[in-house]
Amino acid sequence: MSESETVRSYTVRLELVDEPGELLRALEPVADNGGNLLSIFHERGNVTPRGHIPVEVDLEATPERFEVIVEALRDAGVNVVRAGSEEYSEELVVLLVGHLVDTDLSDTLSRIEDCGGASIDDVALSAPDGTDELSSARIRMDTHAGAAEQALATVREVADEKGLDVVEPLAGGGEP
Amino acid sequence: MKLAILGAGAVGRSVAELAGEYGHTVMALADSGGAAVDADGLDVDAVLERKRESGAVGDGTVEAALEAEYDALVEATPTTLSDAQPGFGHVRAALERDRHVVLANKGPVAERYDEVRALAADSRGEVLFEAAVAGAIPTLSTINSFGAERVTAVRGVLNGTANFVLSRMAAEGLDYEHVLAEAQDLGVAEADPSFDVEGTDAALKCAILANVLYGGGYTLADAEVAGIRSIPGSALELAAEDGRTVRLIGEVADGEVRVGPRLVPEHGTLAVGGTTNIVQLETEHAGRLNISGAGAGGPETASAVLADVGRLSPPDAR
Repeated sequence: MSESETVRSYTVRLELVDEPGELLRALEPVADNGGNLLSIFHERGNVTPRGHIPVEVDLEATPERFEVIVEALRDAGVNVVRAGSEEYSEELVVLLVGHLVDTDLSDTLSRIEDCGGASIDDVALSAPDGTDELSSARIRMDTHAGAAEQALATVREVADEKGLDVVEPLAGGGEP
Repeated sequence: MKLAILGAGAVGRSVAELAGEYGHTVMALADSGGAAVDADGLDVDAVLERKRESGAVGDGTVEAALEAEYDALVEATPTTLSDAQPGFGHVRAALERDRHVVLANKGPVAERYDEVRALAADSRGEVLFEAAVAGAIPTLSTINSFGAERVTAVRGVLNGTANFVLSRMAAEGLDYEHVLAEAQDLGVAEADPSFDVEGTDAALKCAILANVLYGGGYTLADAEVAGIRSIPGSALELAAEDGRTVRLIGEVADGEVRVGPRLVPEHGTLAVGGTTNIVQLETEHAGRLNISGAGAGGPETASAVLADVGRLSPPDAR
């Protein structure tokens, strides 16, 4: 099936014993089985109740390979606490206001995507007074594992440089 | 309790009018145009009548009002930035006389909180300022009842004028200038609305909240502030197509203070309409709490002032 060719991003949460070489040992099964490591969040200062160190690994792989990777991690004796994609993918919607067309909207969008943490799903542009006047855009993105803040930071940076205003989603609040 | 009230705007006048009902006596009432002081207690109706007719509450001076015999000073003069004067000086004068202070004026606790705390520490007088944050909504007393260290974040709609403008723009498909003019006609917005629509007022309230949550150290300058002037109707339409709307939200979390337009669910808790304010608290053990109500208005804000007066230690225990 062509579905199986699709590379997706996943987050794996591991608990490592605090011993030299433990992190490297945990990452080997990822690379050995065709996973593409995106980021590693090593919470060195945190310790789980069992005295282990939590590590979050973001990686890209096809669904089949991802299953093989999780199995290989467990075979290698690494404690996999959670593994998955859906629960980690986060939708992010922002509004941009300003001279969007004059400031090269497609460049704005590609720079947001280039930050690595987000893919743009959908863009709606409204320029009721013509493209020379102020216009608004609604941008819907999918961000993975903990990358929403990074994507938002990129949006702010690009908007700031181009003199655009950003209406951010309210983080954490607002839902009933 | 014996009260001296500084400021005879909507809030100061309402405090004076309602004081008797709450069992208090008004000993002095002053504003920038003059003062009325009476050691036997003022005839509030007569003083306010005089203010309506002549523009001044009396022939006395603010200094005379500050020196009058009172247990608690109600500071309801207009909020000023930076040095927060003359409000700060009034607070100092009362505390140096070991009198209580209840503030509706945001300036002293937003811009000079640490100094106010230091003055209060050296005084037998106490300082309360419930009315300075979100008018009638019991924000600070709720935080205090949970314990500031168990409140992890506070966010909300803290400016009724900006909220009126945004909710009317979204509901009627009108642009900013049009709705602002309507708000000014209704008396919801000032002739110079910048304090409200540029986010300054909400940011002052957030600075006060940050001071309460983190034990001081914050001023307006520590807040990241954006207003709503630049939001066109088209942005609100795009938000609505997606089941969302825009509100001017103040947030205090993780040591940071931010005020700006934010996307919120159209029918979500924070999308209050008109001039309503809402405060949302995140607590360590009790989850999320939402309190909404009137964020401004004379009697509404005066009720918060008088609730504070009721919390003060009795004069003989002072």
